[in-house]
Amino acid sequence: MNDAIPILKIGSTLLVSIQVDLQDTTALRLQEDLAERITTTGARGVIIDISGLEIVDSFIGRMLATVAAISQVLDARTVVVGMRPAVAITLVELGLSLGGARTALDVDRGLALLESDDTPSAGATLLDAAKRRAQ
Amino acid sequence: MSDASTGALSQVLTRHADEVRTAWLDAAAAELHGRSSRGELDREQTEIFEALVGGLADGGTTLRDAAFDQLRGILADVSAARARLGYTPRETAMAVFALKEGLYALVSDASVRTDITSLLRLVDDLGLYTFEAFAEAREAIITEQSEQLLELSTPVVKIWDGVVAVPLVGTLDSARTQVVMEKLLNTLVETGSEHAIIDITGVPAVDTQVAQHLFKTVVAARLMGAQCTISGIRPQIAQTIVSLGIEFGDIRTRASLADALLDALESGGRSAAEVTG
Repeated sequence: MNDAIPILKIGSTLLVSIQVDLQDTTALRLQEDLAERITTTGARGVIIDISGLEIVDSFIGRMLATVAAISQVLDARTVVVGMRPAVAITLVELGLSLGGARTALDVDRGLALLESDDTPSAGATLLDAAKRRAQ
Repeated sequence: MSDASTGALSQVLTRHADEVRTAWLDAAAAELHGRSSRGELDREQTEIFEALVGGLADGGTTLRDAAFDQLRGILADVSAARARLGYTPRETAMAVFALKEGLYALVSDASVRTDITSLLRLVDDLGLYTFEAFAEAREAIITEQSEQLLELSTPVVKIWDGVVAVPLVGTLDSARTQVVMEKLLNTLVETGSEHAIIDITGVPAVDTQVAQHLFKTVVAARLMGAQCTISGIRPQIAQTIVSLGIEFGDIRTRASLADALLDALESGGRSAAEVTG
């Protein structure tokens, strides 16, 4: 079976670029592969580029939301990028949302969005302070 | 007396052309109160008259016959032109019905031995046809104008690097929302903008339906990865929104377009001081 969607790793981010219209089986396979790759690579972010998709039905919409939820559980953020205007309008008319997935205009901005999240959290700052005191 | 043959009718018309035309022209000119000059009317009537006589000579009995193709074409053109020039339906129809004045004169004329009843019926048909063409032209104008209005009233303007705005003017219905949404989303992609501002200063009233349309647009822009702000909410509108219990949720709303722009620039990483210099 060679219809799997490639998952590229860039730093701590996984990039999935969907360039063909998705079959349901391919979508499910992608969902499994992604969960697998997030755990093995410890990625902090997932960018799904759907600029090649002309049709997004309720199934794909739900798949995107599920992927976002799965990565959330595995401590990674999901950004859906490059949605076409027609697709956005269809999703709104269907009353679908992408759940916890965030959106950006293109891959560049998606990466920037993930980076801005990676600024040290309050917890990390506290940990650093504790370490310094220990020294 | 049986119906006269179309050939005979055409002969009668040709023979009495002058008196029929004069009566027709007088009646039409009286009805139009000088909206068209006599010369113009005369030219128009010459065309119609010649096409009518020609059609009769070719054996046409009803307006639908192929012999009257040319006549129908002329009538349609004349009516469409009248519709565009803003003539009333009565004025348009009377220009043709006035021909009957000329024909009545023939009925009372003892020297005319032909029965022209069928001719009168034909003129009625012409009048109805004129009227249909007139209504059709009017419909076309209305459709054309409403399309233009839709296009005109929804510009999407780029007001800063990465910020586009849609100043909405007039009421929002689902057809307009669709146009606004499509234009806005396409502009977001074309300009690579991350901020969209929908300014509703020109929207006279916001009810639950209009709010629903605004929501859809904002949500669609978000799906594409852009921030969307609604600005230009006038005090009365704010009151209506609250009294109707419309929830704007986490959608950003600002009082003026300037506020929304400043907001967009600030969240783009630039401080207000930097922006305003």
